[in-house]
Amino acid sequence: MLSEKNKEIFLGPISKNNPVIVQVLGICSALAVTAQMMPALVMSLSLTAVLAFANVIISLMRNIIPNRIRIIVQLVVVAALVIIVDQVLKAFAFEVSKQLSVFVGLIITNCILMGRLEAFALGNKPWPSFLDGIGNGIGYSVILLIIAFFREFFGSGTVFGIQVIPDAFYEWGYANNGLFILPPMALIVAGCIIWIHRIKNPDMQE
Amino acid sequence: MEYLNLFVKSIFIDNMVFAYFLGMCSYLAVSKNVKTAFGLGLAVTFVLTVTLPVNYLLETKILRAGALTWLSEDFANVDLSFLSFIMFIAVIAAMVQIVEMVVEKFTPALYASLGIFLPLIAVNCAILGGSLFMQQRDFGNIGLASIYGFGSGIGWLLAIIGIAAIREKISYSDIPKPLKGLGITFIITGLMGIAFMSFLGIKL
Repeated sequence: MLSEKNKEIFLGPISKNNPVIVQVLGICSALAVTAQMMPALVMSLSLTAVLAFANVIISLMRNIIPNRIRIIVQLVVVAALVIIVDQVLKAFAFEVSKQLSVFVGLIITNCILMGRLEAFALGNKPWPSFLDGIGNGIGYSVILLIIAFFREFFGSGTVFGIQVIPDAFYEWGYANNGLFILPPMALIVAGCIIWIHRIKNPDMQE
Repeated sequence: MEYLNLFVKSIFIDNMVFAYFLGMCSYLAVSKNVKTAFGLGLAVTFVLTVTLPVNYLLETKILRAGALTWLSEDFANVDLSFLSFIMFIAVIAAMVQIVEMVVEKFTPALYASLGIFLPLIAVNCAILGGSLFMQQRDFGNIGLASIYGFGSGIGWLLAIIGIAAIREKISYSDIPKPLKGLGITFIITGLMGIAFMSFLGIKL
């Protein structure tokens, strides 16, 4: 089931070939939903689900899709999956879906989807495509959760909405860094993650 | 006055790149020189300006709950809003196709330099994002929707030209090796975002 090659497909995207910080795909939503852990987690799960199933569907149809209209076909498949995810979120996690606002819809135009569909699903069998989808989804989730952790920890002193910095600290004059809640900090945190990643992987330096 | 206010707000305060991170993929990939960046920025602005009014009409005349009453009173209970993603993306894909053909015909040089990123405007989050924000904010009339589209486009254009100019200059600077390229671009964008936040609260 997990041959050597499939293992590589599955594990590669988690660090060495990470979709966000190496392939530079899907940055938009990666940064926008990371002010807190909870929306980031829900977003990661939604994207992983959509990516895995879109990969499988496109891979099943790869021999019958005419090359010229493949982008439209991909968009329709992805849009249909995203509509399902959106409706599920509205039904079962309404609060979070309100917080995510337009970013659930924007999964449609998430570059990870188009990138993986184009680069992988169009030329591979369904099972490796499924693994590729899950792997890339996890790679995306890892980055999202790291950014969200730092932003929520420093910005509001909480993790998943639970206070982790003790009250005593605040009494001694510790204050939350409001800057971390603001959008630009997401970019700077992501920049620092890339910095560390490149130190660990010198062959990727430019 | 309302129009001007919305226009300024959509350029500076609700800037697509700095406030919502929309369209980051092409923003990072095509910002290596100013000229190409300018071309892509114009194309994005154009597509946004055209798609927003069209999508506004779709939203108010077809998709929204009870929007179909102009056709017949029987449709008062029909709510097609769950179809909005797929309708919006179809309109956008069609518009991008048109832009692509026009650019190819009139400015082949720009067409060649934009390469794959021109068809990929269809999946530029800024465009779909514009339509979704329009749907969320419930603009009163089609004029406001068009102005919002145009303003967001200009905002995106400004952002990409800014970063392209900085990246052209920064290629001569001495940056720590691991930070070169992608890392420093992220950090600069973040700093630009902080600068843009100083516009917060401006009201005309």
